Amino acid sequence: MAHVQDIEIRDTAARTAAAVEEAQDIHGEKMVLNMGPSHPATHGVLRIVLELDGEVITKADPDVGYLHRGDEKIAENMTYTQFIPYTDRLDYLAPLANNVAYALAVEKLLGIHDKLPPRCQYIRVMCAELARISSHLLGLGAFAMDTGAVTVFLLTFTEREKIYNLAEAASGARLTTSYTRIGGLMRDVPPNWCAMVRQFLKEFAVALAEAHTLLTRNRIWVDRLRDLGVVSKEMAIDYALSGPNLRGSGVNWDARKNQPYLCYKDLDFDVALGSVGDCYDRYLVRMEEMKQSMRILEQCVNKIPGGDENKSHEPVSIEDGKITLPSKTKVLSSMEELIHQFMLVTEGVNCPPGEVYFGHENPKGELGFYINSKGGGVPYRLKIRAPSFINLSILGELMPGTMISDVPVILGSLDFVMGESDR
Amino acid sequence: MSALESANKIKAKFGALISEPTEFRGEITVTVADAEKIFEVCAYAKSIGFNYLVDISSIDNYGEDPRWTLIYHLRNIDNGIEIILKTDVSEEKSELPSVLPVWRTSNWHEREIYDMMGIRFSGHPDLRRILMWEGYPYYPLRKDFPLAGKPSDLPGVAFTKISPMEGGPFVTIAGGNDSIAREPRVRTPESDAVEFNARVEARGDNKEARGQAFGPGPVDKK
Repeated sequence: MAHVQDIEIRDTAARTAAAVEEAQDIHGEKMVLNMGPSHPATHGVLRIVLELDGEVITKADPDVGYLHRGDEKIAENMTYTQFIPYTDRLDYLAPLANNVAYALAVEKLLGIHDKLPPRCQYIRVMCAELARISSHLLGLGAFAMDTGAVTVFLLTFTEREKIYNLAEAASGARLTTSYTRIGGLMRDVPPNWCAMVRQFLKEFAVALAEAHTLLTRNRIWVDRLRDLGVVSKEMAIDYALSGPNLRGSGVNWDARKNQPYLCYKDLDFDVALGSVGDCYDRYLVRMEEMKQSMRILEQCVNKIPGGDENKSHEPVSIEDGKITLPSKTKVLSSMEELIHQFMLVTEGVNCPPGEVYFGHENPKGELGFYINSKGGGVPYRLKIRAPSFINLSILGELMPGTMISDVPVILGSLDFVMGESDR
Repeated sequence: MSALESANKIKAKFGALISEPTEFRGEITVTVADAEKIFEVCAYAKSIGFNYLVDISSIDNYGEDPRWTLIYHLRNIDNGIEIILKTDVSEEKSELPSVLPVWRTSNWHEREIYDMMGIRFSGHPDLRRILMWEGYPYYPLRKDFPLAGKPSDLPGVAFTKISPMEGGPFVTIAGGNDSIAREPRVRTPESDAVEFNARVEARGDNKEARGQAFGPGPVDKK
């Protein structure tokens, strides 16, 4: 019979409240501490100006923008296809998911987002889920390391390496994948790719179980995470948090379920929800999401149209000369295809006038693209709804009252990436 | 209740202020004729269930009047219904009420629009720049701002004075009189050469070694 042991958990929230009360008795001077922009716990170039009373934070002012490149301005000056490589550099821990999100937004503007070939949809879903696992693994590893558990970091980075190998096999690049095109994919996956994914899933299941044993019931880990950085349901909605941070507070919203796109309707998976909304809940939600992503991937490799080797030559792109590039042999032998190729390369995909918003369930949250088109191959305005930017805006309210040693824990549990936040 | 019904409900409440709902790719959009009323419309929208503000976007219709368009993407997180509110603001005014009391997430959205477009939000308690730095003179997402950027009066590097850490963790030249002289930002080729000459003379090295070790080497005395 399994032996169940209760872990006694010290009440961190009560401890902090007592510390605040104690500090209020002594009228000391408040100290301003500048954290970042180059600080290992800020995962990039986030700067937080903390006002401290002893060790208790009384005010926190996050300062973003150190990585601002003007991606939205750049997008107004190039064709839709040319912007795909820039999406790699938004959330650079999940470039494949960003590619999928951007391509779907432009396809929604074209009105073809539900007409994609089934094989393309399955490959895109697999890319997005691999990116989710990869992003959560890095988030978890860095989070654990900031909290003092360095072993997990080594474990998760070993697994991430395998996902990079998969991305390289599919797109040719490990990090800057640019795998999608408007209306499809750059190319089909290689014949042994599904076998590689199966092999990865087998190995990853073991690693994930090991991460669970290292952390989930680890007394130090639980002590530091429980009842810290509590985001209530109302607060999460009011601040428009998204992704695991929203679901960690118990809000049942997952764009894959609530606004299904691609082939998510045909796939069976559950949405992980937290109950309290503290750092520990957000951690558990991410762990469960990785498990669900494995489930999705398993179904995808078994159900993918055309099978592993695509012997039936299922297309991976829409066959429309005005949207996707024709094959090179046809371009060199036929007049019509030559014209199509020329027009697509020089002027871009001709989009209708109008405006659309598409929100994609990215690992970090809802990555949305608002596109305003006046017709032609260049967007008039492209606004990126960056989930990290919006998730960070809650910091000013979340931090006061916590101790200074809790800052890396709260930052790690929010799991943001500055490349996306600052755009 | 569908998105169209919600839009009609808002229209019934505010009458001529709200335009007929339009649909494009399944998205329902209504236009608010007077930007000054955007707060009331948003507050009412929240009261009928739109509790989640997805995003606020802004457009610069350069050369047209009114110049600015703001787009509010609202969502009811309980049933997934979404509607879009649009409103125009003229260039002379460039100001509209903040919706911060309705949704707290609009805090950073409005700061970003102010930073990028220069549209102000009345009633916002903390309207500072967010992505660009305080004191930057332009609004970079405006259509009349060139892609290559504009030169500004601010210095190009962040630090112009000697670091208070006196060298600290930075790369320094070996030797030197003191840590202040070694600090990389006070060093120039000339000052390096003077120091190098002094060291070579003190050591009495042969001439071949000169100029090979560090920096630009010795300068011949005239």
